[in-house]
Amino acid sequence: MSPAEMQDLESFRERARAWVREHLRPVGPLALTLRNERDDEEELAAVERDREIQRMLFEAGLAGICFPPEYGGQGLSPAHQVALNEELTGYEFASRLQSPTFSPCAAVLLEFGTEEQKHRHIPAILKGEEIWMQLLSEPTGGSDVAGALTTAIRDGDEWILNGSKVWTTGAWWSDWGLCLARTNSDVPKHRGLTVFMLPIRQPSIEVHRIEMLNGNREFCQEFLADVRVPDSDRIGDVDQGWTVGTRWMFHERMGYNSPLITIPPGTTRGGAAVGSMLTVARDAGRLHDATARDLVGEARMLEVVGRELHQRLGRGIATGTMSDQCSAIGRVFTGTVAPRRTTIEFELAGAAGAAWTDDDGDVAECGMDFLMRQTACIGGGTTEMARNVVSERVLGMPREPTLDRDVAFRDVLRNPSVRP
Amino acid sequence: MLLELSSEQELFRETTAKFLDEHVAPGALRTLRDDPAGFDEKYWRLGADLGWTSLLVSEEHGGGTISGRGPVDLGVIAYEFGRHAAPGPLVATNVVAAALSAAGNDAHAAVIGDLLSGASIASWGFGEPRPNGGVGTSALDIRVQGTEFTLNGVKRPVESAGQARHLLVTGRTGEGLTQLLVPADAAGVSIAPMRTVDLTRRFSVVTFDDVRVPADALVGEVGRADDQVEHQLQLALVMLSAEAVGAMQTAFDMTVEWAFDRYTFGRPLASYQALKHRLADMKGWLEASHAISDAAAEAVASGSPDAAELVSVAKAFIGEYGSELMHECVQMHGGIGVTFEHDLHLVLRRHTVNRALYGTPAEHRQRIADLLEEREVPT
Repeated sequence: MSPAEMQDLESFRERARAWVREHLRPVGPLALTLRNERDDEEELAAVERDREIQRMLFEAGLAGICFPPEYGGQGLSPAHQVALNEELTGYEFASRLQSPTFSPCAAVLLEFGTEEQKHRHIPAILKGEEIWMQLLSEPTGGSDVAGALTTAIRDGDEWILNGSKVWTTGAWWSDWGLCLARTNSDVPKHRGLTVFMLPIRQPSIEVHRIEMLNGNREFCQEFLADVRVPDSDRIGDVDQGWTVGTRWMFHERMGYNSPLITIPPGTTRGGAAVGSMLTVARDAGRLHDATARDLVGEARMLEVVGRELHQRLGRGIATGTMSDQCSAIGRVFTGTVAPRRTTIEFELAGAAGAAWTDDDGDVAECGMDFLMRQTACIGGGTTEMARNVVSERVLGMPREPTLDRDVAFRDVLRNPSVRP
Repeated sequence: MLLELSSEQELFRETTAKFLDEHVAPGALRTLRDDPAGFDEKYWRLGADLGWTSLLVSEEHGGGTISGRGPVDLGVIAYEFGRHAAPGPLVATNVVAAALSAAGNDAHAAVIGDLLSGASIASWGFGEPRPNGGVGTSALDIRVQGTEFTLNGVKRPVESAGQARHLLVTGRTGEGLTQLLVPADAAGVSIAPMRTVDLTRRFSVVTFDDVRVPADALVGEVGRADDQVEHQLQLALVMLSAEAVGAMQTAFDMTVEWAFDRYTFGRPLASYQALKHRLADMKGWLEASHAISDAAAEAVASGSPDAAELVSVAKAFIGEYGSELMHECVQMHGGIGVTFEHDLHLVLRRHTVNRALYGTPAEHRQRIADLLEEREVPT
């Protein structure tokens, strides 16, 4: 970085700092978990606040740091995004708008959308007017994304979509969706897919909220019944959806390292909800217990190492010293670390992990976190899939044999319940 | 190791890598197995010419860095040492050189010169028999008597003490820590060699029995060396961590290559998902180790307030997960992985020694918790 760029970065940071302190509310450390913490009314109010924050950022010239100016972004560098993220430490931010709206959805739009599509949606996204969802996974199989059964059949200038998508976080308060659908079943599975965008709130889409085992109802399933999508809302070429899908999943694996995402550093996704295990140990009355301190030290170690690894991967991929596929290394690592941290939290809680009261401080809810432990290894692509990517695409090892590669999709064996 | 080295750093790294390839290939390491010193004096002098001992010494004292950030540059060399399981007291000599240069006692200028040229080596007496040592307290007794200091106590393990001309000894003067530069041949110093898992590193028990040294042996101030000792520890941890990552990289590369070359049931090991997934996990641990090792070096180089935490996180993580990686490599090699003939043990030894020195993973986890508590829990 040249001295001029450094100076520019520093003055940007000062501007961001001043703005954040003046306009945003200070909050404690935040972990984005699946705890069942708010009722619907509170959740909707939180969504509205997120939209408001985003609108304020946009008006202050702090939205879309790495988005091109022609679509309402700032056209600045990832270093500027990091500076803004750092200045947000300890303050509220628009947590529901980051993933999947900015990345992967807006990232995919930027890469594959037409000029018209980008002008219509990117500024609206940056202003907090559009919250996007990814209609990617299906009930018949989460990891085998290219095996999508949702169909899109051409009807003049429109497409008619039918099928079901699942694991969309907060679809019940979202606006738009990016949808992968099958447009040709006579060719092998990767060659018959197409990507569309569609408004989620419409009569032909029924949004069903899924209740998780801890009572959380943020995940949704959508049922698409004769949803009409104009051909102008198709993203990428017909039957070339896998080209889009590959980059889509790359952006998803980038997670919070994406330069399109505005999030204070250290915000964790999944796993234990508590930033520092020290407060759990304290509230469990075990702060001076050497065994507990060992676990606290381990949890902190994993947190710091994870942060440094993600920075290394982000830098390596951005500068081209590492391939895009290396983002899967971070995904595998998170899948190792997050469950361990959750286990540590549960261990520290002692019997309060089984039964607690509202007065138990950070020990409360640890038992629920433990029940939900594996979500960190499942959501955003399972760790098994990421391990395949690391071994095959990063280390170059032979691909797993598949039985559906060179077969027309309609002839591929599938779950007995959905066989025609 | 750093993702992007500057061209000067890359040249520096490559020069040392080539030198180590030439002088201490696995065959040469095996012949050093029974050598009392574990390294050749000429080898060390040539290495010193390449800059191995100058990176933590100020320019005023004849040293100098490549990038302006000595611990980062030294991390690059330590990484190559680990990759090659190279002989020589890199950690010990550099810590002493750094301490002497920082303290700036004119009486030690000649010793610094000898360390820079490789004419002699020095070592740091830090660890002690339980319950002291590790990252804990130094209890070796140092008394001020007139214009002299008297030392009584035991240091172990002291690297290359048998070959060192000088020992930097950390001891206690009442409440605070004091550091003295003691000639290894001073009266009352006895050095007893220990056995070790490393092929070329040598360690000793050093006993100080009424050892008297003059006032100018003092490095820093009497009873006020705590910060100095912490900094030395941080430097040692940066080097040990970088070296351990180098050892992991070699073991991992060997194992990936082996997975492609070794066929069972008509297919290479690399085609078994059971092994592919384990190698994917190991790749994550390896990259994470690179990342945290580099972050620790950078923090120590820039004097960042989180340096103490980062070096401990690096030591704890690389020790724990690195050992898992090394033993997974052994496992994937099968029986040959535990033979003397195979090269895998050369780096396994180095990683193992480094895990145990200057605080085990568990000791550093306690330190991390202590640092976290200082920062987060109001007293």
